[in-house]
Amino acid sequence: MASKVIQAYYTDDDVLMHAVKKVKAAKHHIEEVYCPFPVHGLDKAMGLAPTRIAITSFMYGCVGLTVAIVMMNYIMISDWPQDIGGKPSFSYIENMPAFVPIMFELTVFFAAHLMVITFYLRSRLWPFKNAENPDPRTTDDHFVMEIEVHGNESELKDLLLDTGAVEINVSEKNSH
Amino acid sequence: MASYILMAVGAIGIGIGFASMPGSVEEAKAMVASHDDGHGSSHGEEASHDDAASDHEVAATHGDKAEAHGEDHSASHDKHVYNQLSNRPWSALYVAAFFFMMIALGVLAFYAIQRAAQAGWSPLLFRVMEGITSYLIPGGIIVLIILLCSTVLHLNHLFPWMDAETVAHDKLLQGKAGYLNGTFFMIRAVIFLGGWILYRQFSRKFSLAQDEAGDNSNFKKNFRISAAFLVFYLISESMMSWDWIMSVDPHWFSTLFGWYVFASMFVSGITVIAIITIYLKSKGYLEEVNDSHIHDLAKFMFGISIFWTYLWFSQFMLIWYSNIPEEVTYYVQRIADYKLPFFGMVAMNFVFPLLLLMNSDYKRINWFVIMAGIVILFGHYIDIFNMIMPATVGDQWYIGIPEIGSILFFAGLFIFCVFRSLTTAPLQPKRNPFIDESRHFHY
Repeated sequence: MASKVIQAYYTDDDVLMHAVKKVKAAKHHIEEVYCPFPVHGLDKAMGLAPTRIAITSFMYGCVGLTVAIVMMNYIMISDWPQDIGGKPSFSYIENMPAFVPIMFELTVFFAAHLMVITFYLRSRLWPFKNAENPDPRTTDDHFVMEIEVHGNESELKDLLLDTGAVEINVSEKNSH
Repeated sequence: MASYILMAVGAIGIGIGFASMPGSVEEAKAMVASHDDGHGSSHGEEASHDDAASDHEVAATHGDKAEAHGEDHSASHDKHVYNQLSNRPWSALYVAAFFFMMIALGVLAFYAIQRAAQAGWSPLLFRVMEGITSYLIPGGIIVLIILLCSTVLHLNHLFPWMDAETVAHDKLLQGKAGYLNGTFFMIRAVIFLGGWILYRQFSRKFSLAQDEAGDNSNFKKNFRISAAFLVFYLISESMMSWDWIMSVDPHWFSTLFGWYVFASMFVSGITVIAIITIYLKSKGYLEEVNDSHIHDLAKFMFGISIFWTYLWFSQFMLIWYSNIPEEVTYYVQRIADYKLPFFGMVAMNFVFPLLLLMNSDYKRINWFVIMAGIVILFGHYIDIFNMIMPATVGDQWYIGIPEIGSILFFAGLFIFCVFRSLTTAPLQPKRNPFIDESRHFHY
């Protein structure tokens, strides 16, 4: 579905932060803000919900720990028990200290890699994907705030110019 | 006020501990016998007596009669138990004294790191840290006096290598005598404590002077001495842990012991900073300290707890795996006689902080940090307990009146010193160049 959006350009992150607060105070919904670098506190100012990636990370860590335990139990205890350093491996619990490094590493490995993959999927990022940002200048020195227009174009324009926007575009956009 | 009560109760406890110290071998025998009757095998006494043989191997370090135990086992055993029982009040005193001194020392290291790193978030907490480090002076001197009692005055047998007769029968200790001898030991102790206290006093002086100064010269001086102190501290702390803790088991050695003790003192110190900060804030002082400061302290508590576990486990696993007799006795004895404190401490120092403080939001809930902090502090007391007690009292341990009394006494002294020092200066540094950043700190 195509919708009409208004794009306001800023050249400074402090100005942008003030503009975001002002637009939110005027009860407009900010679609997206494109930045060349992460702006501290922008997510809170935009009213975005807090991230839930930490929860997924914890669950992935638990999966990793389980995989490590099951794997070491199979490899070292049930499939091919060996006598290492006078410690015959017939019991998982008695040989557990030797497996702790592996349990730790796999926990970290699973948590880290799966969390990154989750982040990519959730952000709709994959190889050969076309960039979503409306203007290449947002990768250099410009910030773009995007607001959906609902027949209030001129009012929005005034508000945005008032907040210190250096340039304003109105364009059709295909929402994903 | 509460601190006086704690000190009084604690002093009584210590007094009872010393009063119930057995006067002779016969009394000790009677005490153990009555203990057995009272508690029976529920206490695991039988089991630990079966271990007495292996215990004696360990106790060769300690016991005076390593050779004798072949010919007259029971007599040497009684003598040994007597020594352990008479060590108990001393050990209880020493563990608690060391624990609270270690908190102040850990805070001092944390403070020096903040100074040397020119951290922007923490200057609001500097006065709290300086208040806590003020305990280093009385606390350190008390530890020094206890050490003096064992080296020069020979009032106790905490350190077996100080006993000339033991050394005469022990080749290993004779080899170590160049380092482990009373004079050099005391000289080192004085140098370590002197260095720490000297830094603490100068840093405090510059910190207060900075409030009234017209430029930042005091701040820069503090930066320089802090960097120098950290170098001195890392060396002296490591050697201190060999001297004051590891040498109670003079045959045993561990190369990462210094780090391990450091992790323990660091996390205890940070926990105490967090607890006192939250307390002062709840009383209406330290208005500028916000949840982000608490959050950062809780992050340190969480991180250093895991660091401690890492070191604890590294030490344990290598010794467990290699299974070399002179190393592994250390853990054999702890797992045989100290099962509950040994594994309980891992739960308290690792599992609790891990689960309680993992969630980012919980690190901002003050009472949650306090609860986790109390568990951590008890856990690290037991950590020190496990380092000292097995060598000095063996299987005759118990957390009873001498131990609790000592904890209460030193807790009272600690609270008294810290809060008296906190009242002597404004709680918020005025002219620290980073104070503005610290005030606006948020994450």
